[in-house]
Amino acid sequence: MPARNHHSIEELNDLANQIREDIIKMLLKAKSGHAAGALGMADVFTALYFAILKHNPKNPSWPERDRLVLSNGHICPVLYATLAHAGYFDIQELLTLRESGSKLQGHPSSLDLPGIEASSGPLGQGLSQAIGMALALKMDKLKSEVYCLMSDGELNEGQSWEAFMFAGKHKLHNLTAIIDRNNIQIDGYTEDVMPLEPLADKLKSFNWHVIQVDGHNIEEIIDACHKSKAIFEKPVVIIAHTIPGKGVEFMEDNPEWHGKAPDQDQARQALKDIRTLKGQINYD
Amino acid sequence: MTKLKSTRDGFGEGLLESARDNESIVVLSADLTESTRCLSFKQAFPERFFEVGVAEQNMIGLAAGLALSGKTPVVSSYAVFSPGLSWSQIRTSICYQNLNVKIIGHHSGVSIGPDGATHQGLEDIALTRCIPNLVVLAPSDESEAKKATIKALNHKGPVYIRLTKLVTEIISPNDSQFKIGKAQVLRVGEDLTLVGCGSVLSEAFKAANKLAKEKINIEVINCHTIKPIDQKTILKSLKKTKCLVTLEDHQIMGGLGSAVLESIAKDFPVPTYQMGIKDKFGQSGKPEELWDHYQLTAPHIVKTVKKALGV
Repeated sequence: MPARNHHSIEELNDLANQIREDIIKMLLKAKSGHAAGALGMADVFTALYFAILKHNPKNPSWPERDRLVLSNGHICPVLYATLAHAGYFDIQELLTLRESGSKLQGHPSSLDLPGIEASSGPLGQGLSQAIGMALALKMDKLKSEVYCLMSDGELNEGQSWEAFMFAGKHKLHNLTAIIDRNNIQIDGYTEDVMPLEPLADKLKSFNWHVIQVDGHNIEEIIDACHKSKAIFEKPVVIIAHTIPGKGVEFMEDNPEWHGKAPDQDQARQALKDIRTLKGQINYD
Repeated sequence: MTKLKSTRDGFGEGLLESARDNESIVVLSADLTESTRCLSFKQAFPERFFEVGVAEQNMIGLAAGLALSGKTPVVSSYAVFSPGLSWSQIRTSICYQNLNVKIIGHHSGVSIGPDGATHQGLEDIALTRCIPNLVVLAPSDESEAKKATIKALNHKGPVYIRLTKLVTEIISPNDSQFKIGKAQVLRVGEDLTLVGCGSVLSEAFKAANKLAKEKINIEVINCHTIKPIDQKTILKSLKKTKCLVTLEDHQIMGGLGSAVLESIAKDFPVPTYQMGIKDKFGQSGKPEELWDHYQLTAPHIVKTVKKALGV
């Protein structure tokens, strides 16, 4: 059985920033893709794959693994970069993002890339699939956990709420949803496009246990996931408050960067910002 | 005389039979358990049955997750709701991942009668057959629906089964094998080929008998598998008859007739009359009345065949 890696918080923070660098390099090479959400979720992905999930990169279909379903598939550069760092495939392959014949499709494809639990792209479809997995695990008496990563914008989709209702009904304790609360979507700020607040109250009223965390504080994210495992009477949703574009100043909190890739100069600046975060000023 | 049944009844029987042998089968119902003939399954296997409420999109997603975890989900609703409301979920969550899910679309055709246009699924063949990986079946009577269900549950991959509510005569031969992708020649003839699917084929049978009395012998092909279509059987018949009528209780656009024409266009195109719903919505009424109104009954078929043959 594969062991969970034991990394210090400092090491995890460094890893998250390496993943951010890879995201910038991938998007620069691909000349398209979604920058803001991917950068914003680097800390959550790092925490999950390097401190929480029971998984085996050498045997991605290990039946007893924990499952991670990415519902808002457009932020897949962060998933790909994390999987590569975790050992699912060669880091060099990251630069094939969105190329023809690549396993790294523009949106995640489970049949193309081992380690992808569910294909996604059209928003609102991930949580239902995660619930289906959680039900099957319960039927098969397997102790694995299911994590579903969702965006705040995708909560506009009615299917998300159908799924919240169903999981509440079934008190699925082996299910944890993590919402990337970054407040942006394609057309602007979420509260202008379609207000979600009071989001925590809505979720509570759907019979979920709600935990709110700073989505850039890896220690808090890990604590919340541990707490989630200990809560048995309800499914748990972690609202992770994040800054879209985190680590790259000109992208941060700017809806324009939801679905854009940086050009050469922007990528250079972005890498400089990220490496400054790491305390390294040299970027060449 | 045994009581007549519908294709939905045959589905319920086939489901129950398969479920006894195959423990991986789970059923999801969107608040239509009895009407979609899943009640016996629910009673026999309560722990494998999931009531999802009136939420067809979530239902398809749940099925995807269950299939990704080794289950064989059967999702049951009316065709106007699933695939009607759940098309994107069927496309991405099920078919893009080539998952082993059986999607059952009940209440297809104007033949459901009094519920009217909103509930008459007339577009489901068009919606499903354009999705890669998805097999599309439309059995013609109770007995065939039972066999189709069992075969679909043995088939690995996504399958859509189109069902009807109207009770009709059994037209498929009792001892006939159901093979996905293999059309059935129900009646041999030389003058014209009629290719149809679903319970409306019972009208084709009546029409063929009437025509025979006038020395017109048509070949009737039951094309229960719309995808993958049995090009070989259809071409073989057409090379003999050189004239085609297609029949379905579905929109002409994108339905069985379209699928047949696509399959013969390159190799052996022949003059074709397509019988089906002509770009109209349905309405309330008795099933037989509606089939007559939309010109799908035996007299209309006789007329069309004669027109096609120029007699």
